[in-house]
Amino acid sequence: MDHTILPQTRRELLSMIGKAGGGVAMYQAMTALGHAAETQFSGPPALAGARKGASVLVLGAGLAGMLAAHELTKAGYKVQVLEFQDRPGGRNYSIRGGDKVVETDGTVQDCNFAPGNYLNPGPWRIPHHHRTLLHYCKALGVELEPFIQLNHNAFVHRTKAFGGKPQRYREVATDFKGHVSELMGKALNAGSLDDKLTKEDKDKLLVAMREWGALDKNMAYTGDLKVASQRGYDRAPGGGVGGAPTPSAVNSLSDTLSSNVWTQMGFFFNYVMQTTMFQPKGGMDMIGKAFFKQVGKLVRLNTRVTAIAQNDQGVSVSWEDTKTGQKGVAAADYCVCTIPATILNQIDIQVGPAMKAALKALPYSNSVKIGLEMKRRFWEEDYSIYGGHSFTDQAISLISYPNNNFFKDGSAVLLGAFAGGAGGYQLAGMTPAQRIEAALVQGSVFHPAEYRKEFASGVAFAWSRAPWIMGCCATWTEESRAAHYQNLCALDGRIVLAGEHASYYGCWMEGALLSSLDAITRLHQRAQAA
Amino acid sequence: MMMNQMLRYGSLAFGVAALAATVALRAQDAPGGGPTAVEVSGEGKEVYEQICQACHMADAKGGGGAGAVIPALAGNPRLADKDYPTVILLKGRGGMPWFSDILTPEQMAAVLTYVRGHFNDYQDPVTVADIERVTTASPPVPDCNCTQ
Repeated sequence: MDHTILPQTRRELLSMIGKAGGGVAMYQAMTALGHAAETQFSGPPALAGARKGASVLVLGAGLAGMLAAHELTKAGYKVQVLEFQDRPGGRNYSIRGGDKVVETDGTVQDCNFAPGNYLNPGPWRIPHHHRTLLHYCKALGVELEPFIQLNHNAFVHRTKAFGGKPQRYREVATDFKGHVSELMGKALNAGSLDDKLTKEDKDKLLVAMREWGALDKNMAYTGDLKVASQRGYDRAPGGGVGGAPTPSAVNSLSDTLSSNVWTQMGFFFNYVMQTTMFQPKGGMDMIGKAFFKQVGKLVRLNTRVTAIAQNDQGVSVSWEDTKTGQKGVAAADYCVCTIPATILNQIDIQVGPAMKAALKALPYSNSVKIGLEMKRRFWEEDYSIYGGHSFTDQAISLISYPNNNFFKDGSAVLLGAFAGGAGGYQLAGMTPAQRIEAALVQGSVFHPAEYRKEFASGVAFAWSRAPWIMGCCATWTEESRAAHYQNLCALDGRIVLAGEHASYYGCWMEGALLSSLDAITRLHQRAQAA
Repeated sequence: MMMNQMLRYGSLAFGVAALAATVALRAQDAPGGGPTAVEVSGEGKEVYEQICQACHMADAKGGGGAGAVIPALAGNPRLADKDYPTVILLKGRGGMPWFSDILTPEQMAAVLTYVRGHFNDYQDPVTVADIERVTTASPPVPDCNCTQ
């Protein structure tokens, strides 16, 4: 009876734990072994041996839907995908020259960007720990390049700081660090913190403040050459007889505080914002296109779902072709539904009250992104800015410089706005032309001589006016999570929901993929047990 | 709490509201510039134009197509009961978020009065007292087919 085989390798051990205790147990074990704390992804799901003829209908050909189709097909299911739009990818989307953007009131924008240029209106940066997405990018041959997240030479601007003049991030960040270190040194030397730390730690902290803050031997933040080696020079180091540098003058503590630069410094500490970050070469939609290459033959585009019904036998979904008006019913044993809650809560869906309540309790955020095609890379040529972001407290929130084709001649597309909250609503409420004009006015603060002069064309994407989603991302609160999240994720009869809204990585592609893997794993277990 | 109160009293003093810092937390991928200096007007028409028309459109006729609708506010009989739009503004409904973190009670009262009076013919104003009454009573969000 007892023929236990001892695991020979860590992989075998994890596999045994996984089989015995499921994914959570395996994850905990991996963490205990020093693995995988950065992700819940443990490789593509090992789904196999679907019952002969078993079928799954997938609603939505975004990343969650196409990943489900891809893995379920591999597991042996017969899969069909219905997609509302005339393209796959969902929010994984890039807008290029020749594309049309239609809004909820019928407004149409024509994108006139030059070949090779694009705007990523949705996702645009991939953290290095989003292992699921990175796994599938590699597996499907999506070429990635660095996304320049932190650029010390870009600007921070605040309307009421420095007379409205943008400052280099490098300068105000160094000043903030220097002034705070000097104050900390004063407090330590005055003995103000003697009851808080040991003599030994106090000495260490003094050294830390002096080195980290670039303070002089008197523990003062002065603007000497040591400071200049961080914040930059009035006259940069050169060669030969005139090579000696001149340091730059530091800003006062008060001016430095007025810049709010700590918001940017803190932002770069966010787990999802830390370097290294990536983007696909050629546009974010290369990921959706790569999935579509795998599952495209299963996808019916231009297909609007009008009703979702289920019974003991299976699932039937009524649909209508948005181009021809043709109507039909698709049937399958099970359904993976990735339609965003904003749309799904308006569709007649036969699920229990708990899931319905969850769908109705899920508002979506708002966001506006604006792409501005410029005739030349003046930010590189005139400002030595190569990728990264210049931040502002105006509605546009930032401008972001392209991360590709450095030093090239010809046009390039700046991200001219990434607006949320009140600023996002303000911009979304405008016509596309008004939005672009506002972006030019506000962005000119960073590059006043060049911004309008080099502007060629723009495209302004307002998520709240995108007819296929009418919002950007699901917004959970602690209360709504507690009340509804499990009900949203739970299998309801033969239907399971997936997408970023069914994850704790909301608004990220990683969340959509992790949600999809979890959903199809549970669906497969259910199908096998049936 | 303290922060919200400060913002609220600040807005009373100046007639405009600074954007609440919580708004930036709505989306996980945030711009990173911290709270913006964007100020929303205290006047009902301008609040409508700066916030509401992002979805409900300049003519308040809503948008979208079959099966995916942003409701019209113009000529909407459900607005006859002023508590109906008030609770939705306070709590959100369906895909629409709550606006209690972007708008002050003064701004909510002003914009509700404008929407009911200008795009419909309900001339009795919504007051700050109404907003506070509905906030305190906290009725459930009215159910809907989301087309009105």
